[in-house]
Amino acid sequence: MSPDLVILLTAVLVSTASALLGSFLVLRRMALVSDAISHAVLPGIVLAYWLSGGKATLPALLGAAGSGLLTVSLVEWLTRTGRVKNDAAIGIVFPALFSLGVLWVSLSFRNIHLDLDAVLYGEIAYAPFNTLELWGLTLPESWLVMGGLALLNLLFVLLFYKELKLSTFDPSLAAALGFSPGLLHYALMALVSLTTVGAFQSVGAILIVAFLIIPPATAYLLTRRLPALLGLAVGIGILSSLLGYLLAVWLDTSIAGMMAAVAGGCFALAFLFSPTQGYLTTRLRHRQQRLEVTARLLVAHLAHHKTPVPESEIQEEFGWDARFLQRVKQKALEEGWLETRAEGLVPRNKDLGIR
Amino acid sequence: MELLSQAVLDYTLRNVVLGSALLGLIGGVLGAFALLRQQSLFGDVLAHAALPGICLAFLLTGSKTPSVLLLGGGLAGWAAALWVLAVLRHTRLPQDAALGVALSGFFGLGVTLLTFIQHGNQGNPAGLDRFIFGQAAGLLGSDVVGFALLGGVTLALVGLFYKEFKLITFDPAYATSLGLPTRELGILLTSLIVLAVMVGLQTVGVVLMAAMLVAPAAAARQWTNRLGRMVWLSGLLGASAGVAGALLSASRENLPTGPLIVLSITAVVFFSLFFAPLRGLFWQGLRTRQNRRRTALERLLLDAHLLANHGRLTPQELALHRGESLPKAWRHLNHLRVQGWVEPGKEGFRLTELGLRKALALEEALRPRS
Repeated sequence: MSPDLVILLTAVLVSTASALLGSFLVLRRMALVSDAISHAVLPGIVLAYWLSGGKATLPALLGAAGSGLLTVSLVEWLTRTGRVKNDAAIGIVFPALFSLGVLWVSLSFRNIHLDLDAVLYGEIAYAPFNTLELWGLTLPESWLVMGGLALLNLLFVLLFYKELKLSTFDPSLAAALGFSPGLLHYALMALVSLTTVGAFQSVGAILIVAFLIIPPATAYLLTRRLPALLGLAVGIGILSSLLGYLLAVWLDTSIAGMMAAVAGGCFALAFLFSPTQGYLTTRLRHRQQRLEVTARLLVAHLAHHKTPVPESEIQEEFGWDARFLQRVKQKALEEGWLETRAEGLVPRNKDLGIR
Repeated sequence: MELLSQAVLDYTLRNVVLGSALLGLIGGVLGAFALLRQQSLFGDVLAHAALPGICLAFLLTGSKTPSVLLLGGGLAGWAAALWVLAVLRHTRLPQDAALGVALSGFFGLGVTLLTFIQHGNQGNPAGLDRFIFGQAAGLLGSDVVGFALLGGVTLALVGLFYKEFKLITFDPAYATSLGLPTRELGILLTSLIVLAVMVGLQTVGVVLMAAMLVAPAAAARQWTNRLGRMVWLSGLLGASAGVAGALLSASRENLPTGPLIVLSITAVVFFSLFFAPLRGLFWQGLRTRQNRRRTALERLLLDAHLLANHGRLTPQELALHRGESLPKAWRHLNHLRVQGWVEPGKEGFRLTELGLRKALALEEALRPRS
């Protein structure tokens, strides 16, 4: 099996699994919880390593998922005490857990190879080398882990779509209707933890945040409908993975890092050019709206005059410079509100342009 | 004690202790504002965002002088901060998502550049990744002087704009109505966090920087309701945690400084959460328990009063009335006797003078007002 195929499919599965959950994290304003979970999985992994005495996948998954849930519970407990705000609670809990992990590694595993860098950045390039025998086929482990997680997340979103939608947009109504948003919340958090852990071998603990948050945040700038958001998020995630892979191979650099960077680039593009709320598109729209309003103002002004008005007089009266007047005149001519005569400007029809 | 004298005499340890203390001080002071403005995680984002700047600075200059690299990191962090503020201003994206995007996007770029350098495309990269986990032990005297300078600038600016910062923290709308440049002041405050991050990168590293800005402030917040005291206390707690962490890590071999500083300040946070006067969770729990106990006792007295009015205040009747077991009713009557509210009478018990007065007062207080 070609290594490229293994890496690419792994990346696609990671993108899909994380974009599905990430969409709900972004909508529920819990984007940074993923940051906390992704850092706090370290002590869980160390614990699993310590207990199982090796780099087995299953204990690592369980240990890290456990510490992910511990992080979420601690953050929520701190928030509920009302003594610190949610963001501060996140900022207290995850560095503490991460510190515990680092401390533990440096105390107990000095001589054993538990590479912190690998935990943080992951190395998707190794995906083709970890294989499993299953039904007589040799399959990459990452396909099984991430495929399973992607399927699980997809099922979760499909089965509980209604409940997720309701509890995301109107938690109190969801509670009143008896949908137990708390349970759903913890299920979501458990899946985020599992996905983070499943993906950390491939893309690392920090960069998984990019896969979870950036595609949904980008989609958020492009649409206001939940199904479209989910679809766009998955699409953008997959697209940036593929593009990132190509660029990384071309430049001989970190694949996961490049994927995250490309996703960031996608977000920057959406920020600038989103049809509804892009920075440049809104600027352009405002400019055009201003021009149109000014053109209407000009026509309204002309309608009060019996005779054609010379351009110099308009300039003086409105305090416009010649260039601005030309632009306004151009706009009004395009709209067919204005006629130019030798003596000056005349409105074409006194009713037009003033509605 | 021996450690303390070493801290003064030993060159390396002195630098580590001083550097950590300065980091704690700066992080604490700025964190107080960040915490109150609910921008606690800006520091985390800026720290992660510094990585591509560090790599770019190395790629462009080929120098590994900390000041050059940190300048690059600071600029990248600053760019990320401005970008987040722009996204928040121009789109509907919630703050946490904007922060998450900046954090992971910039960090991804940083990892890309770091790997690009490591794959031998440019110069010898060893030592660049020490900014990820920090390397307090590698602090030089010149670094500490640099920190002191950055710290001085930070404190001076906070002192200079204290009134303005206070206003935009608590009532930005009012600040705007007074004609203060609220947005610019916010940017200034965020830019100061960049300075703190530059100090923190070398000491505790990218990942743990978040704690240095959040934890001291969160701890200080529990002890006071006044901004001025909170800022000072936050700086003080941060600095003490820095010193404690540095000394702890020097007490044995193989103990990393950054995590120990973070764990020290986390311990301070939890102690403050539980035991700070007024806001402490422990005291609150104690108060709740006392209240609950007093209310239960008062209910008991009212029941006893009711029964006594009909001349039947016996354990049997009380048990029947309250639907509880006989031994429990005995215990309850005993509670009341300890309070001096009931005493043994002809048949069973009766209310004492004190108990009667208390019961009547309670009934009066509970009577619905029309």
